[in-house]
Amino acid sequence: MLAMASSLPVARPALGPAFRHWRAFDCGFRLVTLTATVAVLVLLVGIMIALIKGAAPAFAAFGPHFLVDSSWNPVIEKFGALAPIYGTAVTSFIAMLIAAPLGLGIAMFLTEICPTRLRRPISIAIELLAGIPSIIYGMWGLFVLAPVLQNTVQPVLIGLFARVPGLSALLAGPPYGIGVLTAGLILAIMVLPLITSVACDVFATAPAVLKEAAYGVGATTWEVFRHVVLPYARVGVIGAMMLATGRALGETMAVTFVVGNAHRISGSLLAPGTTISATIANEFTEAVGERYGAALMALALILFAITFVVLAAARLLLLHAGQQTGQRP
Amino acid sequence: MKRYRARRRRNAVAVSVCAGATLLGLGWVILILLALLREGRSGMSLAVFTEMTPPPGAAGGLLNAIVGSLMMTALAVALGTPLGIAAATYLAEYGRHGRLRHVVRFFNDILLSAPSIVIGLFIYEILVAPLGHFSGYAGACALALIVVPVVVRTTEDMLLLVPDPLREAAAALGLPRAAVITRIAYRAAGTGMLTGVLLAIARISGETAPLMFTALNNQFISVDMGSPMASLPAVIFQFALSPYKEWQALAWTGALIITLAVLALNVTARTIASARSRK
Repeated sequence: MLAMASSLPVARPALGPAFRHWRAFDCGFRLVTLTATVAVLVLLVGIMIALIKGAAPAFAAFGPHFLVDSSWNPVIEKFGALAPIYGTAVTSFIAMLIAAPLGLGIAMFLTEICPTRLRRPISIAIELLAGIPSIIYGMWGLFVLAPVLQNTVQPVLIGLFARVPGLSALLAGPPYGIGVLTAGLILAIMVLPLITSVACDVFATAPAVLKEAAYGVGATTWEVFRHVVLPYARVGVIGAMMLATGRALGETMAVTFVVGNAHRISGSLLAPGTTISATIANEFTEAVGERYGAALMALALILFAITFVVLAAARLLLLHAGQQTGQRP
Repeated sequence: MKRYRARRRRNAVAVSVCAGATLLGLGWVILILLALLREGRSGMSLAVFTEMTPPPGAAGGLLNAIVGSLMMTALAVALGTPLGIAAATYLAEYGRHGRLRHVVRFFNDILLSAPSIVIGLFIYEILVAPLGHFSGYAGACALALIVVPVVVRTTEDMLLLVPDPLREAAAALGLPRAAVITRIAYRAAGTGMLTGVLLAIARISGETAPLMFTALNNQFISVDMGSPMASLPAVIFQFALSPYKEWQALAWTGALIITLAVLALNVTARTIASARSRK
């Protein structure tokens, strides 16, 4: 409103003596805030430039082949990004496979089923999960979850699927406890509150009138959710999923603890693997030689590019969903 | 009637699956907190706060890590908050109708969820590598980069909640734009902005990845931010993955301290925000 007002040729009231010195301050303040705004943009561009510069020696040495090469040998300085990229993709996929239905279920429970009095305590408890630092998840995964998986869950899985063609290869090998599956599981717990809170927000945008009308003609809670709320929130839900995927792709500490840190692509989900972020976290301080450091920088650049695309798509979808209902996501 | 019963049955299944999902989510929270309490409580003693991190096999505390974490967090907030508030002020006040606002808001939201390990590598490239050594300053800069987008987002949201008639009334009284913002809008949005800063502190106090290549770690107490500095998350990472029982016990205690601090910050921020919305 103010911007419109100031563009009109109206006589501004004269400044009182107490505010005379504000005129210079006014200009300066505007300039300072504008500079800070531009600085935020510069930061993002700066991150990209620094990563590209750091990664350049690796791409110069290995070329585009770097992306599809699965060897990682610091001794002969031969590096390829395929194993970490594969691990990042698979762990995030497992995480979303588990967290997406769970998160939507919790969001539906909170918005449609739960008594109003319980809604706030439950949503706060779920959001506590988001507040716990990722390194705590890593410790918990390594010392509490992994032994349970190793001693009870994984042997059962291996025994259960040993005869099933296809799945037997996916769940083969000795039960290490740590590995790709465990990393996916921890990631699922970590992104669950994010999915839940964004999904709750977009479910809440479904107009009450529509829901009341559906209940009025005798629809059940599930039918109201399935045929009124969900179609209304579809774009927002996809946005929430992508936002969570972006978070899972870049998560570092929790994964480093439980993924096993082995540079190989294994067909079995129980085998140890690695991810882009875990590789960087483990090896960067020990990377001697220009090529080794550059290869890790190149991994970081790939990770940044992937998450950038996923997060940008998520924000655009959520923006679109918000515009439909006139709300900011 | 038969179809109605089938619909009711399907509804009952859906509702119980959702309730089950919620119970599972709540169960996870409880399991993690219980494990932290069980493993971390026994090591909680005064020595944790008064003694240095020990060599393997000896008893000790986490004093240097706690001091390092506090110093780097404080500097990061001191660097990141003014920048974030200034940028948010432009977005919500001066540039509210401009094109720059959409662009910056979009990229700020991406920065908000960008992998923190990439931020650590960025600071390594521009600060650590050119200067030739790890330092507490570099660690604080990396953390400040995480503070900025959080503060920008919350401050802008809070400024936009301030009703325009308030600004118009102040402008009509002859207040210059800068005075309208600093004396009226900031004051009206103050508690909300404070909430944002508290949430940013909660976010960075558990961050490990951006510190590993910037502040590194330090076995001894150091208040010199120009040299490598210990931090709670970095010490937890090192100790938890070590084979020594004493170190692992200290890691659990450190994990408990961080979690309690983060949860306390979250609860405080939430209480402030809800007390404000009730007014």
